[in-house]
Amino acid sequence: MPDKPKVAFYWCASCGGCEEAVVDLAEDILKVVEAVDIVLWPVAMDFKKSDIEARPDKSIAASFINGAVRTSEQEEWARLLRRKSQVVVSFGACANSGGIPALANQFHKEDILKFVYEDCPGVDNKAKTRPQTECKDEGRTLSLPELRETVRSLDQVIEVDYYLPGCPPTPKVIMAAVQALLSGKLPPRGTVLSPDIALCEECKRKDSKPADLSLAEFKRPHQVLIDPEKCLLAQGLVCMGPATRSGCEALCPAGNMPCTGCFGPTSRVKDQGAKFVSSVFSNIAPKEEKEIDAVLDGIPDPIGSFYRYGLSKCLLRRKLN
Amino acid sequence: MTEKFEPKIVAFFCNWCTYTAADLAGVSRLKYAPNVRVIRVMCSGRVDPQFVLEAFARGADGVLLGGCHPGDCHYAEGNYKTLRRMRMLERMLRGMGIHDGRFRLEWISGAEGDKVRTVVNDMTEKVRALGPLDLPGKFKEWDKEMEELETQVNSGPAKGEAVHAR
Repeated sequence: MPDKPKVAFYWCASCGGCEEAVVDLAEDILKVVEAVDIVLWPVAMDFKKSDIEARPDKSIAASFINGAVRTSEQEEWARLLRRKSQVVVSFGACANSGGIPALANQFHKEDILKFVYEDCPGVDNKAKTRPQTECKDEGRTLSLPELRETVRSLDQVIEVDYYLPGCPPTPKVIMAAVQALLSGKLPPRGTVLSPDIALCEECKRKDSKPADLSLAEFKRPHQVLIDPEKCLLAQGLVCMGPATRSGCEALCPAGNMPCTGCFGPTSRVKDQGAKFVSSVFSNIAPKEEKEIDAVLDGIPDPIGSFYRYGLSKCLLRRKLN
Repeated sequence: MTEKFEPKIVAFFCNWCTYTAADLAGVSRLKYAPNVRVIRVMCSGRVDPQFVLEAFARGADGVLLGGCHPGDCHYAEGNYKTLRRMRMLERMLRGMGIHDGRFRLEWISGAEGDKVRTVVNDMTEKVRALGPLDLPGKFKEWDKEMEELETQVNSGPAKGEAVHAR
């Protein structure tokens, strides 16, 4: 079947949830499989790097790459797929903006390795052995990819044509993207394939969001009984809705949990975390520094809360020395 | 690097108080460090934390934000919004390794031309002592770890030639 467009799926630093999301298409996946030839999908099918290398440049119609880029191997694969593909789709929050792995950008590689291989309670490693990129064993040379200093989004490594947001992208946004790709009705390059408005717009609790939040206290979800109807911000919970793109149909607020921002910001926003600070913290109640600080103390991990899926895309990119 | 380091400080001054104070400092012929680049905004509350991050990301060594004293805001509440946002922003900046006064928030009224001088001079000296932040340079430095592979993959064998995986 030489006429079917060829499609590749690849995963970088990810949890596998984005692969799961493809399977979550349920019966719809049959339509996809009918319409395309899958030439690479490490989680499900056995293809080798040499198979891809042997293909002519630009011979793959579209590559869907999920996960942040954190090792030399992931970098190499991303670059290889870019070379062989006409369209590269950044799939999911980690590929789009670093995701959970990018939280490591708050630490230095050495600190992370030292903790994981030496200091972590439960580690028994008296020789302080750490993985090496190369080692010799019975005359053979074995190699491992190198862990990079910085966790990157896919577009910080290669050019990306489209973005599918979410942790993971929902079946609805995936199908819409696949249909757009197959029909050739594509939006301008660089578009995030999800509505470009804030999540609050499609949240069922929207009507109970007060114009002036005037928050006197922040609480964490385990500390309160959450009212299932009322705006979560109005209940003092950190809900990233105002600084997050819609498209998921407000799944988390519908499940009585605050939005954590996985769809990333809208196109007008350059920095999701800073924008959240701009919109929500201007509206807390106190006016005196001490009282303001007491309210802010209710959020023990601001970076992890406001950049949970996007620290690679923070304008500062990572922690300095 | 024999040349003396001159800090670049981006200053956001509100139209009604701090910018007027800077004007006053000018007409009063007060001399102060030429290291600030003043951007006039209608209110300190107009300054989105994104502006501060972007200033750093584009090479500022320090960011100064000046507004009306609490209670004196031309728009009644703008400077309170600024204060709350910037208290949180400071926590985040600390978490990202930007601290020790590289970011500073000051209330300077239209009558305090002298305070503009004192604050600008003081901040310039403190940031000079800290040395350059140079985020654009750091971004390039961080991305050097990707150079080798980029050339290797993109200058690989021409299309269609089989290569064996390592």
